[in-house]
Amino acid sequence: MTTFRLLDDPLPSDPPFPITVAAGAVVSFDGRVREHNNGRGVRKLAYSAYPALALSEGDRIVSEAITKFALNAAACCHRLGDLALGDVAVRVWAVAAHREEAFAGCRYIIDEVKSRVPIWKKETYVDGLSEWVLCTH
Amino acid sequence: MMKIQIQYFAMLAERRGLTEEWLTVETPDLAALYDALARQHGLPLSRVSIRPAVNDAFRAWDHPLRDGDRVVFVPPVSGG
Repeated sequence: MTTFRLLDDPLPSDPPFPITVAAGAVVSFDGRVREHNNGRGVRKLAYSAYPALALSEGDRIVSEAITKFALNAAACCHRLGDLALGDVAVRVWAVAAHREEAFAGCRYIIDEVKSRVPIWKKETYVDGLSEWVLCTH
Repeated sequence: MMKIQIQYFAMLAERRGLTEEWLTVETPDLAALYDALARQHGLPLSRVSIRPAVNDAFRAWDHPLRDGDRVVFVPPVSGG
């Protein structure tokens, strides 16, 4: 099953798997387009990706989280293209028997996606200039 | 001599002014290839901030190139 997806359209609100009665905890995370970055006002942003490697690396991260935190299931999806302020750029779901594993698994997935998956963000600022973002965290 | 396909993404595609090209190279050395391209086209990133990928898999800088390989020099990522 593909657990990491890249989408040009608004992200689905439900995970791409059924949540079984074995699951005592479901943690989800939304990363949203923020109106400021490094002290500059942001007007909009655009995401682009290296799709083949983004999908395989994203799937690898979700599998790692499932193994590492004994999750019942997990998934992640990420927007591409132009996004407006407040749009959801990335969404993660982590399902486990207990909340500790679900929180930790969700955290692992978003942190690893941000540092490893070949997706790039170009911000356009309120002054009209635009720049590729070089993440420092 | 071998033919290598290079694909560019994000800031490297913008600086290079194209998204892919075929090059004929003399040595199977990823690091030498990137350094030559960076010098020739004024690419804005040094090798320490790049992760190379060959045929859609991340590889080390000492991964030997073969004829027909598709190479991507992956700039620092900023998803999420």
